[in-house]
Amino acid sequence: MTTPVLSVRDLAIDFSVGGERVPAVHAVDFDLHAGEVLAIVGESGSGKSVTSLAVLGLLPDNATVTGRILVDGTNVVGASERDFAAIRGRKVSMIFQDPSNALDPVFTVGYQIIEMLKRHGQGMSGAERRARAVELLRMVELPDPEDRLGYYPHQLSGGQAQRVMIAMALACDPEVLIADEPTTALDVTVQREILDVLRRLQARTNAAILLITHDMGVVADLADRVVVMRAGRIEETADVRSIFTAPRAEYTRALLAAVPRIGTGDRGTAALAEERPVLEVEGLVVEYRNRRGRHVRAVDGVSLHIRAGEMLALVGESGSGKSTIGKSVLGLAPVAEGRVVVVGVDLRRASRSEARAVKKRIGVVFQNPTAALDPRRTIGQSIGEPLRVHLGLRGTELAGRVSGLLEAVELPSAWSSRYPHELSGGQRQRVAIARAVALDPLLLIADEPTSALDVSVQATVLDLLRRLQQQFRFACLFISHDLAVVDALCDRVVVLHRGGIVEEGERRRVLTAPEHDYTRRLLAAAPVPDPDEQARRRGEPLAG
Amino acid sequence: MIRFVGRRVVELAIVFVGVTFIIYVMVFTLPGDPIAALGGDRPLPEAVQAQLRAQYHLDEPVWLQYLRYVGGLFTGDLGTGFDGRPVGDRMAARWPVTITLALTAWAIEVVVGVVLGLISGLRSGGLVDRTVLVGTVLATSIPVFVLGVTAQLVFGLQLGWFPIAGTSEGWPTAYLLPAIVIALFGLASVTRLMRGSVVDTLRSDFVRTLTAKGMPRRNIVGVHVMRNSVAPVLTFLAIDLGYLLGGTVVIEAIFNLPGIGALLFDAIKTHEGPTVVGVATALILIFLATSVVVDLINSVLDPRIRHE
Repeated sequence: MTTPVLSVRDLAIDFSVGGERVPAVHAVDFDLHAGEVLAIVGESGSGKSVTSLAVLGLLPDNATVTGRILVDGTNVVGASERDFAAIRGRKVSMIFQDPSNALDPVFTVGYQIIEMLKRHGQGMSGAERRARAVELLRMVELPDPEDRLGYYPHQLSGGQAQRVMIAMALACDPEVLIADEPTTALDVTVQREILDVLRRLQARTNAAILLITHDMGVVADLADRVVVMRAGRIEETADVRSIFTAPRAEYTRALLAAVPRIGTGDRGTAALAEERPVLEVEGLVVEYRNRRGRHVRAVDGVSLHIRAGEMLALVGESGSGKSTIGKSVLGLAPVAEGRVVVVGVDLRRASRSEARAVKKRIGVVFQNPTAALDPRRTIGQSIGEPLRVHLGLRGTELAGRVSGLLEAVELPSAWSSRYPHELSGGQRQRVAIARAVALDPLLLIADEPTSALDVSVQATVLDLLRRLQQQFRFACLFISHDLAVVDALCDRVVVLHRGGIVEEGERRRVLTAPEHDYTRRLLAAAPVPDPDEQARRRGEPLAG
Repeated sequence: MIRFVGRRVVELAIVFVGVTFIIYVMVFTLPGDPIAALGGDRPLPEAVQAQLRAQYHLDEPVWLQYLRYVGGLFTGDLGTGFDGRPVGDRMAARWPVTITLALTAWAIEVVVGVVLGLISGLRSGGLVDRTVLVGTVLATSIPVFVLGVTAQLVFGLQLGWFPIAGTSEGWPTAYLLPAIVIALFGLASVTRLMRGSVVDTLRSDFVRTLTAKGMPRRNIVGVHVMRNSVAPVLTFLAIDLGYLLGGTVVIEAIFNLPGIGALLFDAIKTHEGPTVVGVATALILIFLATSVVVDLINSVLDPRIRHE
């Protein structure tokens, strides 16, 4: 066996926070060989990102690193800035999660690639550097690479910015490329393209890739070997097939079980009452004005309805208008045309008091529970607020209802005096859900409620939503980009593309036998946690 | 880019007309009759007053007076003072003093503020940062006339480093002390702004990318952090230049400098409409011009503004 290009031995990382040492990573060992893709998988707090940052010495000053990190045989633990400077970008380079913020906004793309070549590429003339920059952009399959050199980051889409990041990372032919959640901030079809680019480049340059991700589908798509981490420790290291077909660690099995997959859960569709739908949207048009005063249609003629006890999924990529439809129902978007009718009341025509009475019965859950809860109020106060304001409840009656709601979302009722920062992300989202159902809603709007959560937490929150819906029988508008989540939860699916509906129908029909091309593309783009299936989709055999 | 400049010029014209008109109306509707007051204790004969009113067009409606005034502006005529001298000449004699004072103060703000802000931002929580914090609080909490008189007493009288008053010794000795005194207030703001801006920029993702690229710290700070941090500071600096030019009334009085502030103060006391409007208009023009220049510089520094 060849010597690994990156070798980590007995790595431990502590952070000193307020005089205390908080361990983040402990006893981590792994090797990365040339031409290999090694994935480090784990949920938040597993130490996967911290480990990758340690390789390049990018940890903050309060971090203490012990053990050994051998880059090409040289230990970099405790190395000086000067030693790191010889490694960064030259032997090991890195791409990050959020490509739009990873590039300096005030310099052109060309400047940022060329400054890297100036730094590392000895003896290159100005013209050679420029030619190399164009070649790099061509390598990452960016159209019109010569023109793109003059572009500023804000003129690029997220996917294009990530291509530029990859081009820059590969500029000096590094031996190792660290990709920290490289596609997490991107739409699923864009993710597909970026993964393709990474795979093709890897085959061409023979660079080793250290892939940091939480997404088992991405692992199945790209990785050769997998390190599973939890709470700063390695749970299991194995080749990608074994991880998915014969996981040894208990945790790996639990992690895989929590990943939603399309077409696995067989469940009946909710029996629906024949009464009038709770939400009727007809011919909805939403227009925003952009900075030049032109009208931009975010939603263009959308009609849909949801009955009591039904869960309707709105799926689409960013810019499809799915969140805007949710906002229109809440009266938070500039509706230009169309009707939004909730329990028979047209919200655009109704009197103010009538509309308020109806809106009281609409609950909302947003993507980020941390931002949705007031950090200075206890969770009991947050949950109790709608009860106080709308029902005028006070004292023990209020406290009783709040603890009932906390129990309904499976949190101890004694927690009502805790503050949001004392809770985990999943627990906070439960609080947000408790608040949303406090007034016994007829309609619940859930906008990406599990997208910010770890996969194992996501599974429990989805369970909770399903259970609450059976209990309260509200109509639910479930907005999501994740088709597998939708499959696990919803009854009907509406697929949106550029503000319009491209396909609508019963969940199983849409997700297993899509009629529209765009739906098929969406389904094909989402990587599934199965290496064989991913290899089949690519039409190539799995190596090894 | 041309459209951007064009739009700014149109905006500038609208603001100019609006503001000069308001000042004009305000000055000419002040209580008291400036013509009657010219005679002092001995009232002027009615016929002389009427003749003077006609000469200065004070018998016409305000809007017509204003149009006449603006018309004159375009031919370089700023009107005539009650002493018969053209306002333009009176201002021309005073401008050099004020401009020298303001620019000296401004240069101190730019150099010292940006440098101190950068250092405190790079080593936030360090000794320089904490000293600067205390210093800026002190500088902003002492009124400018207290500071002025104290500086005069200590550095002028007791230590004898600078002249106590007047412009006879010329630049820089005569201007340095008053410039430092008026610069202190703005200097504190510039430093705090720059510090905050640098701290924010250092936290951004692209700085991490640059480090991961292997760029030397010198380059990251000197090129990338500086250019990203300086834009908000620049906006403040431009506004502050206008403030320095117009706000020198107190300091010119303390240090007995014959500048535009002193002229404005006298003109307000004697209800000399044309002079007040002339000085105010000139200040507004400077203010507007600097804001356009700053917008242009900002749009060069930040492509996102350019492509808006």
